[in-house]
Amino acid sequence: MNAIAPDVTFDLATTPLRELNEALHKATAESNARRWRVLNPNGRHAVAVGLAMPLTVEIEGNVGYYCAGMNAEASVIIHGNAGQGVAENMMSGFVHVRGDASQSAGATAHGGMLVVDGNASARCGISMKGVDIVVKGSIGHMSAFMGQSGSLVVLGDAGEALGDSLYEAKLFVRGTVKSLGADCIEKEMRDEHKALLAQKLKAAGLEGAVDVSEFKRYGSARQLYNFHVDNASAY
Amino acid sequence: MTAHNNTPRTPPRFSATFDPATLAEIRRAAATGIYDIRGAGTKRKLPHFDDLLFLGASMSRYPLEGYREKCGTEVTLGTRFAKKPITLKTPVTIAGMSFGALSAQAKEALGRGASTVGTSTTTGDGGMTPEERGQSKTLVYQYLPSRYGMNPVDLRKADAIEIVIGQGAKPGGGGMLLGQKISDRVAAMRTLPKGIDQRSACRHPDWTGPDDLEIKIEELREITDWEKPIYVKVGASRPYYDTALAVKAGADVVVLDGMQGGTAATQDVFIEHVGIPILAAIRPAVQALQDLDMHRKVQLIVSGGIRTGADVAKALALGADAVAIGTAALVALGDNDPQWEDEYQALGTTAGAYDDWHEGRDPAGITTQDPELSKRLDPVKAGRRLANYLSVMTLEAQTIARACGKSHLHNLEPEDLVALTVEAAAMAGVPLAGTSWVPGRTGGY
Repeated sequence: MNAIAPDVTFDLATTPLRELNEALHKATAESNARRWRVLNPNGRHAVAVGLAMPLTVEIEGNVGYYCAGMNAEASVIIHGNAGQGVAENMMSGFVHVRGDASQSAGATAHGGMLVVDGNASARCGISMKGVDIVVKGSIGHMSAFMGQSGSLVVLGDAGEALGDSLYEAKLFVRGTVKSLGADCIEKEMRDEHKALLAQKLKAAGLEGAVDVSEFKRYGSARQLYNFHVDNASAY
Repeated sequence: MTAHNNTPRTPPRFSATFDPATLAEIRRAAATGIYDIRGAGTKRKLPHFDDLLFLGASMSRYPLEGYREKCGTEVTLGTRFAKKPITLKTPVTIAGMSFGALSAQAKEALGRGASTVGTSTTTGDGGMTPEERGQSKTLVYQYLPSRYGMNPVDLRKADAIEIVIGQGAKPGGGGMLLGQKISDRVAAMRTLPKGIDQRSACRHPDWTGPDDLEIKIEELREITDWEKPIYVKVGASRPYYDTALAVKAGADVVVLDGMQGGTAATQDVFIEHVGIPILAAIRPAVQALQDLDMHRKVQLIVSGGIRTGADVAKALALGADAVAIGTAALVALGDNDPQWEDEYQALGTTAGAYDDWHEGRDPAGITTQDPELSKRLDPVKAGRRLANYLSVMTLEAQTIARACGKSHLHNLEPEDLVALTVEAAAMAGVPLAGTSWVPGRTGGY
């Protein structure tokens, strides 16, 4: 990933985080500095948050909470693990975690793509609003809780209560699902769903790497969309 | 006439426990199988600002001349960390209310009224509308668990950010916008299909607890380059600890909402039985700020049942920096106005008691998304009414402050107050009128 030399390098061991984020926010469409490299993140929270330009930011190490939070247009590559809420509320762009991701990866994100090479913990894609998430490993419990829109693709397994109180997000899991949450059901995998899945896998750089027919599709049963007292025990 | 008719009889007597309202609610529950959902805040009688009185000037205190001597009302919020604190001309702000719960016209009217008198409005669940941003000179953007409509562009357009942990009507509760209020526009803003019930989560999706909140606040500051004041709003329940923890997490402003605070839609049992009155919450919150040497450094906004300039003055005398109004602002716009009495009757209620705000059939055109009903509210005229009302509240508070010899509303202090009841004396931490007794002052919080 580092074949091209960066235009700007920030070393968080010697430079305050605030300077990094402010410099990233000042980038304009005319800026020459398109490729940024961040050294020694050492688990710092809120690294490369609120980006609004098509920059590429490569982070060499582990990050804490909310890395690439509210990202728009930028590509953020984390060569390490990511803490809670990576790419939370992302609007567009691309976030790639080369290691594992902690809880609430891609929470409430509206758009763009989040790829996790390792595993993602609980609540992956919670309240997702249009983002596409591809996890090459497995995901934890309560993932896609109240997922509204977008897709969650898991090459490994899913934990308990997948898709609880799901709205219109589309879930694809290749491995086992420990249990489904309230109002989440397995759905038929028709050709249009296979095509959609193939498209998401291709965007994540996995074209031809996995067979879409190995996945099962899960979605909302839409039984809890309007409150009815006879469904009270489902909540 | 028989002897029997001359015998005195016990007249029909209702039970205080099973009173007519309780009996009716049991029958309603038995018939429907569903709890009562409604808007607004608690309707029960509670210890409130009415139970406090100002002492005014006397031999030892000199009053200020009304119409002559200055009594300041401005307040600056966000002085702790924000590069761009906001200054308001009056300490009466407009509380968070969503587009979705309210019509676009009502949100515009709130912005117009508030901007006229130099105060702020607040978004709600569902995001920021262009009408609201356009009409509100100072706009506070709420950051809620649902994150409906949350995006970095609007975040940067905001003048302050309010992280909502809870609200006074339902501390610990989420929300529900019923399908009948989900128009195409509301649905699009919330990324959900039209016509379905939209649940708002009660917890944030990517953090829990005060340690995580500190990190979340740091993230929001980093996204906005540390420019904007960050408020933390809590429903009044454990105000001492909640305030202390909000300060520890890095808040610029704490917003404390008592159980009289309104809601767009919540179970009646929640509204009436969870949380504490604002009167009981202010002193513990102020104590927490004082214990941390943060009083007046982290500002405190209180809300829940603020109606008059007297309420404003009392809240400030107890140590708040500003107040927020919601229900009262809607009434100023035209909510529950007797001019719609026939229509309220048709809905099975009466002007002044209408609280089915969640149903979207508001005759006044305020708590609705119905295009025909919404058109009834003229945002310019309604905004003028709100501006008038806010001006009156400010003038009333100044009148009281001058009588107490204060050259600024913030100079009001607990020593200016006494209480009419033992309960209010204990909650507000001021003496029972005519005594020097402050109940409960020997113990801590």
